[in-house]
Parts: sequence; C-alpha cells; structure tokens
Amino acid sequence: MKRDYRRTPVLLLAGLAIICFGALLMSQKVSAAAEGKITGTVKLEGAAPHMRGIDMSKDPYCVKQHENSPAHLENVVVGSGGGLENVVLYLSQGLPPAAANEVASGEPVFDQKGCMYTPHVLAMDINQKYKVITSDQTTHNIHPLPNPLTGNIPWNESQPPGAPPLIKSWKAEEVAIPVKCNIHPWMHGYFVVVKGPYGTTDTNGSYTISGVPPGSYTVTAWQEEYPAQTQKVTVTAGAPATADFTFKAK
Amino acid sequence: MAKIFAVTLILIAIGSAIPIIWHIWEPPADISTHGALIDEQMSETMAEAGLSFLAAQFVLAIFVWIFSNRPKGAKIGHFPGGATAMVLAGFLLVGTEVIALGIFGSRAWASVYFQPPAADAMPIQVQAGQFAFYFRYPGPDGKFGPMHPNLINEANLNFFGLDYNESATKDDIVTAEMAIPVNREVHLLMHSKDLGHSFYVPELRIQQDFVPGLDLSVHFTATKIGKYEIVCTQLCGLGHYNMRAYLYVYSQQDFDDWLKKEAALQ
Amino acid sequence: MHDMSTEAVHHHAPPTGFIRKYIFSTDHKVIGKQYYGLGLVAVFTGMVLSWLMRLHLGWTSLAIPGLHFLSSTGAPGNVMTPEYYLQLMTMHATIMVFFVLTVAPFAAFGNFFLPIQVGAEDMPFPHINMMSFWVTFVAFLVLISSFFLGDGPALSGWTGYAPLSAVGGVAGPGQGLGQVLWAASLAIFCVGQLLGSLNFIPTTLDMRAKGMTLSRMPLNVWGWFITSCMALTAFAVLMPACILLILDHVAGTSFFVPSNLVINDQLQPHAGGSTLLWQHLFWFFGHPEVYIAIVPAMGIVSHVLIANIRRPLLSYKVIIACMFSIAFLSYMVYGHHMFVSGMNPFSSLVFSFPTLIITIPATLIVLIWIGSLYGSRLRINSASLFALGFISMFVAGGVSGFFLAQPSIDIMLHATYFVVGHFHLVMAVAAIFGIFTGTYFWFPKMFGRMMNETLGKIHFWLTFVGAYCIFMPFHYLGLAGNVRRYQAFVGYMEPLIPIHKFITVAALITGAAQFIFLYNLIHSRFWGKIAPENPWECTSLEWTVPSPPPYDNFGGRHPVVYHDPYQYGVESENGADYIMQDSTETPKEA
Repeated sequence: MKRDYRRTPVLLLAGLAIICFGALLMSQKVSAAAEGKITGTVKLEGAAPHMRGIDMSKDPYCVKQHENSPAHLENVVVGSGGGLENVVLYLSQGLPPAAANEVASGEPVFDQKGCMYTPHVLAMDINQKYKVITSDQTTHNIHPLPNPLTGNIPWNESQPPGAPPLIKSWKAEEVAIPVKCNIHPWMHGYFVVVKGPYGTTDTNGSYTISGVPPGSYTVTAWQEEYPAQTQKVTVTAGAPATADFTFKAK
Repeated sequence: MAKIFAVTLILIAIGSAIPIIWHIWEPPADISTHGALIDEQMSETMAEAGLSFLAAQFVLAIFVWIFSNRPKGAKIGHFPGGATAMVLAGFLLVGTEVIALGIFGSRAWASVYFQPPAADAMPIQVQAGQFAFYFRYPGPDGKFGPMHPNLINEANLNFFGLDYNESATKDDIVTAEMAIPVNREVHLLMHSKDLGHSFYVPELRIQQDFVPGLDLSVHFTATKIGKYEIVCTQLCGLGHYNMRAYLYVYSQQDFDDWLKKEAALQ
Repeated sequence: MHDMSTEAVHHHAPPTGFIRKYIFSTDHKVIGKQYYGLGLVAVFTGMVLSWLMRLHLGWTSLAIPGLHFLSSTGAPGNVMTPEYYLQLMTMHATIMVFFVLTVAPFAAFGNFFLPIQVGAEDMPFPHINMMSFWVTFVAFLVLISSFFLGDGPALSGWTGYAPLSAVGGVAGPGQGLGQVLWAASLAIFCVGQLLGSLNFIPTTLDMRAKGMTLSRMPLNVWGWFITSCMALTAFAVLMPACILLILDHVAGTSFFVPSNLVINDQLQPHAGGSTLLWQHLFWFFGHPEVYIAIVPAMGIVSHVLIANIRRPLLSYKVIIACMFSIAFLSYMVYGHHMFVSGMNPFSSLVFSFPTLIITIPATLIVLIWIGSLYGSRLRINSASLFALGFISMFVAGGVSGFFLAQPSIDIMLHATYFVVGHFHLVMAVAAIFGIFTGTYFWFPKMFGRMMNETLGKIHFWLTFVGAYCIFMPFHYLGLAGNVRRYQAFVGYMEPLIPIHKFITVAALITGAAQFIFLYNLIHSRFWGKIAPENPWECTSLEWTVPSPPPYDNFGGRHPVVYHDPYQYGVESENGADYIMQDSTETPKEA
C-alpha cells in the first residue's frame, strides 16, 4: 500500500500549531480574571501643612488663568476626607522578571495648564512612552532633571502655544525625577519612573494598581515631602489585596 | 542714474528723519529724578547726529548730481581749502562737538553713579535668575537675612535660599512684583542667582547688569505713580524674552497696604 | 627700500594637476578665490538664517515649512521654539562676523590683490598662506557641525557671555557641546587669520617692487596692512579666551564662573572665576574686530572711488593717518560695550572719551571722500554705485555711534535694537557694500570676464533701498525701548510688532535681490564678455597684467614703479586722463 504522503505534512503542521498555540498561551498575560489588583487609600494624619499661594505676576496670562481660583503649591495635597493626592504606589519587591520587564500599555499625559503641571506627579513604567502637552497660551519649557547616575538623560525643550505633544520615555528606574519650567520658576512636578505596574492616588487618596500577577510583594508609597513607606501584600487571583498608608504631617 | 541716486538718497535721508522729527517712536516719558539730564543729553545728541546725518547725505547727493555726466574734458575742480579745510573742520567741528558731548554727558552719568544713595533710601533686594525677578524687602528690622545658595528651592518658592529660623530673616518679605512709594529714594541691591541678567525700566532711566559674584546696586527716585515693566536685557537663555516683573509706583499709603498684604502671604 | 622679490620667493614652475592648481594651492590668487568662495557660502547661509529669524520675529507662531528637518526639537511642527531662535541668531552673527566680514574684504581680496598691487610674485610664505585658508575652512566646518550635533548650536549670542556660555548644558539647549564647538571654531579661526597676517605684513613691508615706496602703495593695500596688524593682536587675545572657555566646559576649571551659582535648584560646582573677565577679553578682541571688518572696505572703497572720480582724493596721507588712528584707538574703546556691565562706572567714563574721539578720524575719511567728489568727473557703474552707497551707509551707521559712545545715553539704548541697527548699518551693510564694490571692480581681473552691468545696477538699487528699509527702523525700535535678542515681543513691546513685520518683508525682498548678484557672478564667470586688461582705466599694478593674471602675476618680469597710484586727471601722452604706476611718462597737469 502506498504511504499517504499527505499525512506527514498535516501532522507536522498540526504539531507546529499546537506548539505555537502553547507558546502563545504561556507568554500571554494571565487573563484579567486571573490577574490581581492592589487597592487602598493613603491618608494624611494631622493638620495638612499650609500650601503657599503662588504669585504668577511675571506672566499676565498665568495670572488671568487663576483669576477665580488662586494657585497654590502642590507639595502636599489633601482632599476633604483626609486623603493624600499624588502619592505613587509601586511594587518595589517581588515582581517576577517577566512582569517587571513588561511595559505598561497606555500613554500617560503630562499637561501644562494655567502655568501648573497637571498632574503634579506622573507615574510611568520604564520605557513607557509618555506625552507632554500644553494647554496654555504662553510658552513653557519642560526640563526634567534626572540623577545622572541612573543613566536617564536630561532634556530641555520648549513648547510654544499650539506646539505638538512631546513623546518621551525613560530608560531607567528613578523615583523621582523633578521636572521644572525655567520660564515659570514656580512650576514643578515629578516623573516617577518605576518597574512594573503602579498606581497614583486621586483626590480621595484612593489608588488601584492593576495587572498584578498573583504573588507576594512589597508595595512602596512615595510622596514628595514625606519619607516613603512600605507594606507587604499578597495578591491572589480574583481577590484584590488592600494596602492603606498613613503619612504623618510634620 | 547719478541723478536718481541723488534723489533717492535725499528721499531716504528725509524719510529716516521724519519719525524722529515727528516724535513717532520715542523713549517713554521720564518718571525719575535723574532722568532729565539723560534726556537732555539725548536731545542734544539727536540734534547733532541728525544734522550731521542730513548734511552728509545731502552733500553727497548734491555732489553726485552735479559732478556726474560731466562733459568730456571738464576741468577737475578742487574743494575750497582742500584737505586742510577738511582736517580743520574735522578737528574743530567734530572734535569740539564730541568733547562737549563727553563732558556734559559725564554730568548725567555722574548723577546716576557717582552719588551715593541717601542715608534714608529704602533698601530693596532684587534677585535675577532664569527666568524671573524676585524681590525682597527687609521688613521692620530693616535687615536682610543671609542668603544660603544651597537652600535655594524654587519648587518650594524659596528663591533666595533663606533660612526662616534666622532672626534677621524672619520678617523678610519676598515678592514677585516690585512696589515702591512715589518720591522716595530706593536703593536697589542687585544679586544674580545664576548668570548674567540686566535690570531695565525705560521710564526710570535705569539699566544695570547683574553680575554673578558681584553685588551691585543702583539708586533712584520715582516721581510718577503707575505700573511699569522691568525687563531683562542681558541674554540669559531661552526664557530671556519673557523675563520680566512689574514695578508699581504707589502713594505711600497704597505702598504700606501692599507691603502688609505681601507680608501676610509669606 | 627693498627689492626682495627676486630673492624671497624663488621662482617656481607653474603647478600641475587639479589638486595642486585648485585645491591645495599655494598661489595667493587661488587662495583668495577660495576665501571668496567660503565667504559666499557663509553669507548666503547667514542670510537664510536671518530670514528665519525675521519670519519668527514678525510672526512668532508661524510654521516655517521644512524647519523641523533642520531640527526636530528646535522646531516641532515647524514652529520655532524660543531656544532655536537664539541658536539661529547666534549662528547668524558668528557666521557673518567671522566668515563673511573678516574673510571677504580682508582675506579674499587681500590675498588676491595685495601681492600684485605691490608688484610681488607671491606672498613670502605660500605654504603658510595655503594653511591659513584650510584652517579657516575647518573652523567653518566645526561651527556648522554644531547644527547637527548634540542639542544644537550655542544660544549665547556671538558674544558668548559667561557664565551662560561657561556653565554647560544646565543653562539651556546648545550650551554644552554646541558652545564647545562654537569656541573651538573661533579658536581655530584665529589660528587661520594669524597665519594670514603672517603673510600680509611681510608682503607689504618686504616684497614691494622697485620704486614701490610705502607712499606709492594703493590705499586699499594700506587698509589690508593696517588690518593685518590689528588681526595679529586681536585674534591673539580671542584664541586664549576661547580655550579658557572650553576648559571651563571640559576640564572642570572656573575661569569665568564664580562660586555659589544655583541653576535648576542645583549648586554649580565652580568657584573663583570672574564673569567680567570674559567680557574684557572678548571685547578687547571684539572692538578691533569690527574695525578689521571695516578698514579693508574703507581701503577698497577709496581705491575704487578714485578710479571712478578720475582724480586723487584730497589727501592720500590723511586717509592713511586716519586708518592708523582708528586702528590705534580701537584698542582703547572696547569698554563702551561694557558701560552698564557692572565694571567701575569711572572706567565707563574713561572708555567713552576715546570712543568719542574715534569719531574724528572716521569723519575725516568721510569728509575727504565727499570733498573729493567736488569738481570730479564721477563715473557711474555698479562698482562706483556701491562705493557711494558705502559712504552713505557708513555715515548713517556712524552717527548712531554718537549716542552709544556716551554712557549716560547708553543707559537707555544698551541692548536695544538701536545697537543692532547701529552695527548692522555701520559694519555689516557698509562692509558688504565694500565687498560688492570690490567684486564688481575686480571681477574682470580675477576671472577675465566682465560682470553684467544691468544686473549689477538692479542689484545695487534693491540692496541700497532695501538695506535702509530694514535697518533704519531698528533705530526707532531701540528708542522705543525694544530690547534685543528677544524671540517674541510681549508687554510694552507688543505694539511694535507691525514695524517688525515691515522689516521682515523688506529683509526678504532685499535678500532675494542677492540672488541676482549670485546669478550674475556665476553667469559672468562662464559666459561674461571677455575682459580687457584695464577695463576701468585704473592706474594700479594689477591692471598691468592679463585678466586673469598668470600664476606668477607678472609673467617673470619685475615691474618698476615710477608713480603713486592716483595719477588721474592728468594729460597722458596717448590722450588718456591717467598714467599707470609703472609708466615712464612724466605726468602733466590736465
């Protein structure tokens, strides 16, 4: 009987398909249902420090934007319920290498509005593209000042009104890179470059770190004024872990 | 073509003079006590420079008109007095003119720089740094607290590097605008945080560079209430064009109110 | 009196091969043409940069098509950023002052004509001369490279004041590598010009033909000689200043940076330097430099004017004495750039007096030129039009000097557009007119063909009227308090923007007219009417040799000079109104 030569290629192809599919499955992220979350609230205990008002008079455009809502320093921003805004939470220990090297999706946006940075603190992953835009009708220059020892390279570029967004990324972890505008010296913010997933607290002090593979981690809460705090959490599939932090006002 | 050159030149000369004669673009009105001498100097110089300019362009034009296209074999003429006349004219006319300008101008300069500030002049410190001016008033103790460069933190609005625990510093008032009382002499202490800048208020007839490493000062008295612009005139980087602060000349009462308001914001 | 032409330059065979003839040539004429070519490339580059600047000043948010190809960070979306404006401005000024105004009237025409006009076969050190061009060329390449390296060119202006220029990249884009390349380019340029002066001076002093006494040298030779003396001393100060600046960048020194500077909230690691030291060093060079730019043009204009008025100037000696006085005084006036710089105000007064006094020789030269027109037989052609235009421009720019020479008035006008108007008229435009004068006059001798006169005249009219339209308004802007080196005008300067728009339009039109000149140059070079030996009936020695001259200028003969170069308005044996310098005729007054 003649051998059926069509069988071999079909078997080979099927085998190939199985191998590919398996590899695909294994390299895929753990499905959303299986991935964990860490949520929590960061509060400030004690009286919030007084955030000084900013005199923007060198640029009448900036003054006009704050006619009805005076600008204040944003080093410590506390919401009505005592929640601390602009705290970045990230996984300082416990991330498997695959997850650590993965670049988060999405393009965080850093805006210049009313001669202030919005958000005041922008968290991002290593090598994650972020976008700097300007909503102001006055020219700003964006001047991040990374620590030279990290390997991150400083840059300094202006954005006149209507200029296209600047798309940038950082290649090394750095908590945190101060950003300033030289034209408007009161403007300052931070880029917080971390490995792996991260979250930032909102006006209520609440945060969510999504896309956390199940495991044990150390969560670090970074705030620009207060010493960073850590907590250990364990994340299981289907059950968000919680980590609340309390910073003490000085 | 020579005649066209002559006519064009005369038109250009007259056209150039018109904005000056009709005062179309001029320095703004003087609000200082020392500015009158400077303005006088400016007018003198404008008259002399203007006349020299017009005379030279006109004579050039007229000579080109007359002495071009001359018939073949026309006799070569000699300017009366020749080179000797020119040298004499040069030394006598121009020489006396410039020496006079120099001598009278020295008085104007001396009135700004060779008089010390009055003993009761109000001291105000101005610091220039990329790309803004900040001002410091010494407060009731009349003393400025020391500056510590390592404490400068613009993110926290500590532009001068002040340590508010120090006694002289406690009552210092840091502002982003400069206000002064009218008719009161001000002694402006100038400090640069980082590079070369300059302080220029056209109405005040004051322009002075900041020199890093040198603490310079100027003094002046403003005579007219109003709002004026202080602009940086020494190239200091990309924000140079927008490095400015506003100067308010207030009545004594309004100035006191303003200072109180600023003190409360410290 | 010397006759070293036979001994100093040994007779050599003509060069063979393309490289030896046109690239690495020791022939002063080729070197002169190479310098001219460099100046031509530089001036068009500088002019395009000025267009970009002017477009931005008139229309700050204008998207200039293609600009982002020149710099994607400097012009995102083709709109110029503030830093890029300053970078273009710095390059515009540096290219123009060094690679146009020092190269063209001095190095280009001087190299070509100085030996011929004194009756020499070549310069005494032809290989050093060749090096001077190639070193200058390298300097140009180093400067241009800053457009394409790092974060772009320096933005600190052609004056590069410290500490902005010395602290490095923290002070702004371009202040790191860009500034180092700028300083390196200038230091290399200084070497090139020093090598050039080392030839010009001995050529003038030692290589003159028999009978060519110092008082028989054409006025433009005196101009080049005086300029090379200034160049030797001035560039010798700029070069170490630039080296010290580079050291502050790369070697951790603090020559120009004092301690306790805080930039971006960071204390700078410098101590002990002096900010004002840079200004003193720079302006000690800088002021003679502006005379290096203008004295050759004065010489050229004198020479061409005389040939076109057909009579000598009222006094040859006074012109020379004036050029010498200007050169001498130029070292004593540099502090007028520093009146409000923070140096001792008494020093400001001291500097103002020589500044005022230097008006006297400058005025005398103008008076002699204008006085010599009286009773003359003026001929109008492109060259003489530009010479007359030079006189007008020099006067226009010179009178604004009356203001700036006085410290008290400088309080109002320092760092305003008044200064920019002053130096553009008196130096830039006037010297460019000198270059045009020399070009239209000497092109036939250099290339053996005539330039097109009609195109030359159109070029003159557009440039003459255009330049006034551009630069006169600068003075009004300055009086109104318009500060310079601003990329945009806000606050009290905003109402002045319409004037800027007018100036920009004038600049674009005047700039476009220069392409008529470029076309004329190129077309005439290949297809111009063949030039006779002496088309302008001029008396100096370059008009006794073929157009263009052979490689050894005089074809092996040794010219002997019997007359001064300004035997015009005389009755010559053949009915002409002039006698050549090497003619054995005795002049008879006409």
